[in-house]
Amino acid sequence: MIDERNSNDFIDVERYELFEGPSYKFNFDRRDFIKAFGVGIVFIVPLGRTVAQQRSQGESGRGGGNERQASDIGAWIHIDEDGSVRVFTGKVEMGQNIRTSLAQAVADELHVPVASIRMVMGDTDLTPFDRGTFGSLSTPTMAPQLRKAAAAAREALIEIAAQQLSVEPASVKIVDARFVNHDKSKSLSLADVAKGRKLVKVIPDNIVTTPPKDWTIAGTSVAKVNGRDLVTGKHQYTSDVKREGMLYGTVVRPATFNAKLISSDSKASEAMAGVTVVRDGNFIGVAAADQQTATKAANAIAVDWKSPGQPSNGELFEVLRKPTTEQRGGGGARPQGSIADGLAAADQKLEQTYTVAYIAHAPLEPRAAVAEWNGDKLTVWTGTQRPFGVRSELAEAFHISEDKVRVIMPDTGSGYGGKHTGECAIEAARLAKATGKPVKLVWSREEEFTWAYFRPAGVIDIKSGVKNDGTITAWEFHNYNSGGAGIQTKYDIPNQNIQFHPSNSPLRQGSYRGLAATANHFARETHIDELAHSLKMDPLEFRLKNTKDERMRAVLGAAASKFGWGKTKPTPGRGCGIACGFDKDGYLATCVEIAIEKDADKSSSKVRIVRVVEAFDCGAVVNPAHLKNQIEGAITMGIGGALFESIQFENGKILNPKFSSYRVPRFRDVPLIEVVLVDRKDIPSAGAGETPIVGLAPAVGNAIFNATGVRLRSLPLAPKGLAI
Amino acid sequence: MARVTALNINGKKMPVDVDGAVSLLGVLRNDLGLTGSKYGCGEGQCGACTVLIDGVATRSCITQVGRAAGKQITTIEGLERDGKLHPLQEAFIKADAMQCAYCTAGMIMAASALLAKTPQPSRDEIVSGMNGNICRCGTYQRIINAIEIASGTAKEVAK
Repeated sequence: MIDERNSNDFIDVERYELFEGPSYKFNFDRRDFIKAFGVGIVFIVPLGRTVAQQRSQGESGRGGGNERQASDIGAWIHIDEDGSVRVFTGKVEMGQNIRTSLAQAVADELHVPVASIRMVMGDTDLTPFDRGTFGSLSTPTMAPQLRKAAAAAREALIEIAAQQLSVEPASVKIVDARFVNHDKSKSLSLADVAKGRKLVKVIPDNIVTTPPKDWTIAGTSVAKVNGRDLVTGKHQYTSDVKREGMLYGTVVRPATFNAKLISSDSKASEAMAGVTVVRDGNFIGVAAADQQTATKAANAIAVDWKSPGQPSNGELFEVLRKPTTEQRGGGGARPQGSIADGLAAADQKLEQTYTVAYIAHAPLEPRAAVAEWNGDKLTVWTGTQRPFGVRSELAEAFHISEDKVRVIMPDTGSGYGGKHTGECAIEAARLAKATGKPVKLVWSREEEFTWAYFRPAGVIDIKSGVKNDGTITAWEFHNYNSGGAGIQTKYDIPNQNIQFHPSNSPLRQGSYRGLAATANHFARETHIDELAHSLKMDPLEFRLKNTKDERMRAVLGAAASKFGWGKTKPTPGRGCGIACGFDKDGYLATCVEIAIEKDADKSSSKVRIVRVVEAFDCGAVVNPAHLKNQIEGAITMGIGGALFESIQFENGKILNPKFSSYRVPRFRDVPLIEVVLVDRKDIPSAGAGETPIVGLAPAVGNAIFNATGVRLRSLPLAPKGLAI
Repeated sequence: MARVTALNINGKKMPVDVDGAVSLLGVLRNDLGLTGSKYGCGEGQCGACTVLIDGVATRSCITQVGRAAGKQITTIEGLERDGKLHPLQEAFIKADAMQCAYCTAGMIMAASALLAKTPQPSRDEIVSGMNGNICRCGTYQRIINAIEIASGTAKEVAK
């Protein structure tokens, strides 16, 4: 087995997600909180020791130190005079449902209904610093902090209530948001207790929270807390925000990536009524009273761009194999044993290459920002997974200090890892600065497909050896460019060498749901399937033979049993595939049934996914309905990357930057999806927004092989159907 | 195209003053503050902007406002009556048929047109009726369930 503590020293697991936050030290002063909140009681949550250490490590290159531990704050909770509970966290909501699940954690400890809690999220003036909402970290790191805060708040409030009621604290309980004594003869509301107080309490680190087996509100399917606003259209996304006197902006985009602005002629546009043209370095943008005028004015600007020659799709994988010029190294776990010895001991050897295309996040709400300057203070509403990161970007772009910038993140129209950066916010703020008025900028779908960033493409080489009895003896794995997430295997292989090699990516790339874990699982689980077939072993049996990991075996068993693995009668044109995996403390097994359907002209076929069963174990389940929703969503999104999504590019241009040319999964593509939750109340909850996506692509590829005998080793597997 | 000076929206006559050639979606969102209908693609491919025009599900992003003048326009804001949600809105909440919910208004409007025409659609009819609407979060299975709940063909939420 790999020693994970060692491997972490070597591998940069979230290479594309570790955008550095600003060096930040929050020295809180109790008086500041009293000033901010007026009356009521504030409970402050210092970061737990582990989190604080992670944060210092993350910033180690920038001189971060242990002194942060004492002063860093994770969240705070305010009980107002009217008894309302407000919870403040820098985490943000983009559809993954933490607005609800974090409220459940607080409600559980505070013994109040979820409806009495308001989550204040991702507002840099109101909430504590947070590096960002990514890496499936909200559930394992933020929920425990809020639980501690709420548990400590409950105990402190009980003490105050007991004094007020003139009874012993031990006899007071909170029942449905009321403090009652032992015989319920006396009671107080939260408002009675908070009224007139100006208290700031720091939560002790040693407070005991409720174990999952005793949860009453967490662990249940609480409905989305703001569901009504979402189905009525009342929720205000960034693109819905309107400010007094607001103008609309449009940016003039370069002809290609990496193009340099040579000259521009904007006389015609400047002559239009109410139009302001801004040229600043490589930036050209327009603001006007309405969107039509802004677009018209932008189109009327004549621009000369100079573009360098750039790689195209056809040469992508050769480019990625070239060593990077980047200083930052790649890495992998320390090799174990000897690949040469492992191959010598093998009865069969296999060497194969797998590739993965660039794909786009395509969040349905494109990047949007509304920027407003008041004197030297800048406020920006924007859909981002890193409000504090965007604040830093804005401060840097305008040469102002971060305390002059406020970033507010209204719950956004999804992100999937695609909204880490702040370019739209900066563009809107530049136009607002030039016009002296608030400016709204909403990227077009084409801009979103072109000027954001992509999930990294990648090439993976695997060399392996296996004995005739099914024991894997050697495993050499080289990933070029796509990343290190999910690269480690849970199979017990004595000789292994697993490496990640960074490349010079032709396209701008970054985080994505599950990130490289999909590429790494696709390559690994396809290769494992190939080994099983070469030995004529059942793919499930082969997997079980090579892993002793109890949780992996449990999800494999659960998925196979629900699916009826091995029990389906072989039918022409039908096939079944299986894959399993592990990432970010979540285990999954995915079984897929596909149908190969001949097209009308019979010259080709298309792959239809008929049925998917996925078993998932992320420790103690917080909200079963929302967890199932995330898993179903990840599987559905995974269908795109597995079968047909692929960014086409040529010499610095994206060739398919529209939904009419870049196909995403639709109603017709969706199979029957059955989810099996393996609820482990004895294991801390892990996040679940990402890992459920990683099993689908290899399971589909393996099912295609099962149906046709054709082995596909590139994602997407069948963008134009199958040539059979 | 001639200027448009009024639109019939959600049973009310609303004054506007816009060029008839501009997109209905822009007028709804920017001139009338009806922001429930969303921009998703601008080419009628995603359905986030879906409204009803004389009961027909229509992509407002590619519809010139002049073509909607004089007709009955219904947007997501018009479904709730006296504080009571439309059965589809109730069903979407019940079935947890959303994640980020940016597509939800368009989904509900497309579904309401579908149910007006086919009150008890089969699963296949739902799929073909809704296929023009994208939910990037992938809640399709739940949206189908929500439409079945609203139409009375499924009582229980598929858990």
